Amino acid sequence: MTEQPNMRNFTINFGPQHPAAHGVLRLVLELDGEVVTRTDPHIGLLHRGTEKLIEAKTYLQAVPYFDRLDYVAPMNQEHAFALAVERLLGIEVPKRGQLIRVLYSEIGRILSHLLNITTQAMDVGALTPPLWGFEEREKLMIFYERASGARMHAAYVRPGGVHQDLPAELIDDIEAFCDPFLKLCDDLEGLLTDNRIFKQRNVDIGIVNLDDAWAWGFSGVMVRGSGAAWDLRRAMPYECYSELEFDIPVGKNGDNYDRYCLRMEEMRQSVRIMKQCIARLRGPDGRTPISALDGKIVPPKRGEMKRSMEALIHHFKLYTEGYHVPAGEVYAAVEAPKGEFGVYLVADGTNKPYRCKLRAPGFAHLSAMDFMCKGYMLADVSAILGSLDIVFGEVDR
Amino acid sequence: MTEPLSLLAAHVEKALPGKVIGHKIAYGELTLQAEAEAIVEVATFLRDDPDCAFLNITDICGADYPAREKRFDVVYHLLSPRHVRRVRVKVEAGEQDSVPSVTGVFPGANWFEREAYDMYGIVFTGHPDLRRLLTDYGFQGHPLRKDFPLTGFVEVRYDDTEKRVVYEPVKLNQEFRNFDFLSPWEGTDYVLPGDEKAAR
Repeated sequence: MTEQPNMRNFTINFGPQHPAAHGVLRLVLELDGEVVTRTDPHIGLLHRGTEKLIEAKTYLQAVPYFDRLDYVAPMNQEHAFALAVERLLGIEVPKRGQLIRVLYSEIGRILSHLLNITTQAMDVGALTPPLWGFEEREKLMIFYERASGARMHAAYVRPGGVHQDLPAELIDDIEAFCDPFLKLCDDLEGLLTDNRIFKQRNVDIGIVNLDDAWAWGFSGVMVRGSGAAWDLRRAMPYECYSELEFDIPVGKNGDNYDRYCLRMEEMRQSVRIMKQCIARLRGPDGRTPISALDGKIVPPKRGEMKRSMEALIHHFKLYTEGYHVPAGEVYAAVEAPKGEFGVYLVADGTNKPYRCKLRAPGFAHLSAMDFMCKGYMLADVSAILGSLDIVFGEVDR
Repeated sequence: MTEPLSLLAAHVEKALPGKVIGHKIAYGELTLQAEAEAIVEVATFLRDDPDCAFLNITDICGADYPAREKRFDVVYHLLSPRHVRRVRVKVEAGEQDSVPSVTGVFPGANWFEREAYDMYGIVFTGHPDLRRLLTDYGFQGHPLRKDFPLTGFVEVRYDDTEKRVVYEPVKLNQEFRNFDFLSPWEGTDYVLPGDEKAAR
């Protein structure tokens, strides 16, 4: 027998229905033995044409679509859209509105990181972290519900400010949540950080160096894990982030494990920001309005509408025609939990956006899947996918 | 903030004459208008020049302006982590034109260009793998074009008698209603009959 046996690569389908695919992802994997040689993600199974729909809606009607992008941290997306519209309109949000937005953005960040850390742990075989983490997520979603009426699809952050004010008891309850949650972070870390199995599966897996990270369009934890101290909340501050104290954790190896550690630390920093927001909401900053006072943009409150003819007219017009946004184009981005979420908004002077491109962080990260998985084992694919922090609502839009 | 941006614009225009054909600064953002054929050189310069250092490809997207002679815009958003600023580069492309791909400069451009091709039908020459990305397998047309109806052309359902998924033309029980709310509320530029004296 001098002839080589006929060797050929093996192609398998991963998904679209697979518990480690974090949604509807179909991966076509080409394997040489157990080593991945090529990854071809097929996305779009959750494509709903959000950008097209937004072009057919008024600016206010577009807000709920943003909840349905990254549905594990809905308000962060609304926030980016609100910033874009506000910049075109040239309106300023009062301090209380800004503080509420920041408070809920950080709640969103914890929601997202909790889901990611715990499900990533589940992908590599741990079952307890999701049970512990989802209990806390439930508490946070109740804070969403108490502010906006909806656990997930809040439609709370609107151009001009936020929709409703927070009752004082809610602020007290959020404060009461903070310290016990830090304890839970310690517990979660106790389960995972020094866990031998977790480390075996994540250390030195999915390494990206910083140059590649930038060139592939990465953002958020994906570049911080590779060693860049880059956070839009610090680099290009929006709202009142420049007045708040927090640290930006930075990794050094650019592997899955570093990214896990960063997410863990970011949750603690988010709690730190939340506490500062709560303190300021009770101070003089907290006695300002929750949204801009321009009656041509922000609809009047219901009680006012019942008494004032002027308010009634504005209420009707703003909920049917909406407001007109001057022609122009802006790109507004926020540091969403998963990275840079941006909205490129082109306005043509009417009441509807002419073009609204949603720049989702997960989309850029998933596009590098082939680059990141090459040369790793089949079992590492789900670990890498978990650490990319993918949510198909925003990848497929 | 406007001052360094105008300096940057002048710097880029000086280094790439005839390739960058104009710039605009609005809302604190710099937009460079470039020639479509030169986009690879422009992107390479913006990435490699130490005063630009736009290392990060934030986004590439299309935009449709059917009334124009060249109906599409391809909009590139780049980010410079070193100088902490963004730039937007726009090129125009007609329906029959193609735009050189920048995947050689930024590997992350791959999917963004595939998406722009899928949504608008803009062809990127030199792209390694220009397939559809977000739409269904076997999809026809380019959904984000302004002449593509919001309701689409086909709908999908599972047929229980045939035991398979079937594609059928869209049936609407009610025509899609596009309300024209543009009203005199924000100030008219016409005069209602009999209302001529009211303005005075």
